[in-house]
Amino acid sequence: MTTTTDHVTTTAPSTSGASGDREVILRVGGLVKHFPRRTKGILPRADDPVKAVDGIDFVLHRGETLGIVGESGCGKSTAGRTVLQLIKPTAGTIEYLGKDVTGVHGRQWRRLRTEMQMVFQDPYGSLNPRQTIGSIVGAPFAIQGIKPPGGVKAEVQSLLERVGLNPEHYNRYPHEFSGGQRQRIGVARALALRPSVIVCDEPVSALDVSIQAQVVNLLEDIQNEFNLSYVFIAHDLSVVRHISDRVAVMYLGKFMETADRDELYANPLHPYTQALLSAVPLPDPRKEGKRRRILLTGDLPSPINPPSGCVFHTRCPKFREELSDADKQRCIGEVPQQREVAPMHQVACHFPGPATVDVVKLESVEDMFARAAAEGAVNAEDVGVPAASVHPDPTAAPEPQT
Amino acid sequence: MAEQDRREDVTQSGQSTSEAGASRVGLEVVEAKGSHDVEVDHAAAEAATPAIAGRTPWELAKIRLRRDKPTLLMLSVVVVATVMAVVAPILDHFKILKPNAINTALIDGNTGGLPRGAWGGTSWAHPLGLVPGTGSDVLSRLVLGVTFSLTISFLATLISITLGVVMGIIAGFHGKKTDFWISRLVDMILSFPQTLMLLALSGTFVALIGSIIHDPNQGNPSKATYIILVLGFFGWPYIARIIRGQVLSLREREFVEATKSLGAGKLRIYFKELLPNLWAPILVYFTLIMPTNISAEAALSYLGVGIAPPTPTLGNVLTDSVQYAQGDFSYFLYSALFIAILVLSFNLLGDGLRDALDPKGDR
Repeated sequence: MTTTTDHVTTTAPSTSGASGDREVILRVGGLVKHFPRRTKGILPRADDPVKAVDGIDFVLHRGETLGIVGESGCGKSTAGRTVLQLIKPTAGTIEYLGKDVTGVHGRQWRRLRTEMQMVFQDPYGSLNPRQTIGSIVGAPFAIQGIKPPGGVKAEVQSLLERVGLNPEHYNRYPHEFSGGQRQRIGVARALALRPSVIVCDEPVSALDVSIQAQVVNLLEDIQNEFNLSYVFIAHDLSVVRHISDRVAVMYLGKFMETADRDELYANPLHPYTQALLSAVPLPDPRKEGKRRRILLTGDLPSPINPPSGCVFHTRCPKFREELSDADKQRCIGEVPQQREVAPMHQVACHFPGPATVDVVKLESVEDMFARAAAEGAVNAEDVGVPAASVHPDPTAAPEPQT
Repeated sequence: MAEQDRREDVTQSGQSTSEAGASRVGLEVVEAKGSHDVEVDHAAAEAATPAIAGRTPWELAKIRLRRDKPTLLMLSVVVVATVMAVVAPILDHFKILKPNAINTALIDGNTGGLPRGAWGGTSWAHPLGLVPGTGSDVLSRLVLGVTFSLTISFLATLISITLGVVMGIIAGFHGKKTDFWISRLVDMILSFPQTLMLLALSGTFVALIGSIIHDPNQGNPSKATYIILVLGFFGWPYIARIIRGQVLSLREREFVEATKSLGAGKLRIYFKELLPNLWAPILVYFTLIMPTNISAEAALSYLGVGIAPPTPTLGNVLTDSVQYAQGDFSYFLYSALFIAILVLSFNLLGDGLRDALDPKGDR
């Protein structure tokens, strides 16, 4: 309770490193989203809010991908939606191309929708089952009142083609497509208005591994083609490694560690990141048997009542095993700020340091993913044709009445 | 041709005899013979390949409906009644139906005006007999009565559905205070004694409507409008509750959020995103409220608020026949059966549609 408002102020990370020379497209500072709760009963009053996102900062450059990883319920999705302002932030600022767009509404908010889009997690729920693909992908034009040169239909068909679908399937319904194809439709819809930023909210976690690879590759291709910036939310560390330039590790509404992809995976300094990486399963059973996992005890604490000080201290293996009592007091009493421990590598930990156990270096995992991608290319499940294209016979219509 | 390679579960028994109309609808397998009649662009690829069919929920419902013979029978009765309702005024205009013709020759003055002959004067010229007293043709009166009764109940149902759907969507989508107040309004309307209200307020309101629609005698147009408005207004809470429940679950689906994230306004979400997903309950409730309104109109006629003769409605024909239930039972029987069959058909059709449109309906 004590530490909800004093957010990280040591932001503005030095713009060095690989992406430093590129244009900053999105700058998020101290972003907070608390969902209010009310007590039950006859006279409800305000109760402690759910602190879904509790002060996150990041900078996104043009053409860059920021991966956000974390456990279920750590606030990843809320963070993504709040950045897009599909949910109104409680506090913090969102700058788009240097302009503060926090809390814009009305026409400006609608305008912003053409700049920032979203790809959703559930390929089954995110497409209206009663609309044709044509009207789903064409909806952005209808809603924004934009008439693309050459007409909406031609534009939609070229979008479908771009994401690897057959443009002739314009008049089909979502249920005629497989999960991967539907996700492509979702990508086409997000791409329709040519946004600069796309928030991908676990876009592949509902898909088969081979299909995941294809969709991730599609996302990379269109990123290069349209110079898009992604905020890529996922809980799959190997997917995030595959697509991200930088990775942020999130826990209970806060970023624990942010670093360039290779730096993070090679040299994780936060105990939580180390625990996450050690939990990635290895495809080789012999290696898997030999390595030690860092076990996190207990459940994710409630975001309604997060632990004091460092929110991770209740489950932190370092806190449990290595720290002296005086150090422990610091973890309990003081909120760790994001500190830049190496260029473009920030950690929110009082005692960051390399892992004592051998953290898996994930290369083997990456291999698995690459192999799946290669197989996926041969797997014909997702080549852009509806899963079922035969319709009931026309003569099987109901007999004429009377 | 990639389509064929990719398709799972292709039964390799495809014969290329492509006879339109010969297709067999199995449980899950549909033979694609003749499918090029509709799917011209894909015909070449799948002309002779039996395969798992992708079906819309409507198509599945149609298949289930086709297997449900009683419902099909009811559907045909409803269709006949509807056609009757449309055609009757035309027939009346050309004097083929004579609902108000007076045939004193066929009436027996000695029995107090009962028709001559067995079964209320049934004959080839008057298949359902004659009205005692005037000697009008009962069938003509009933057929034209269907027109008025169906029009009244249809318009009332339309008002109920429209109000109910709009209120239900708003309540379900917005939740919180809006939902609270709409739901309390629904509770309040449901707890009103509807029939008593109708009777008690009829004088005042019919007069009011009469002055609005320039019907100084407060004749049948005013009365019909009053009935339609009251039945329509008291009917919407049922639909609103159903729709609200459906919208509560629909609004959590990601496609609603996806549309919002494209910058869509509320109206677009209501009518383009949510409404197309609500047609099934709307259709079912339409067929279930129609018969309620038909019998409500009949009951009101009996209570003296309905359309007055000589304009026939199913209600006032039945009301008239009740006086002769002892002397001329067949008049009462025919009128009662007519209403009973119509109401029953709508009801069973509604039940059948509900089963057919239920995704878990395949037992």
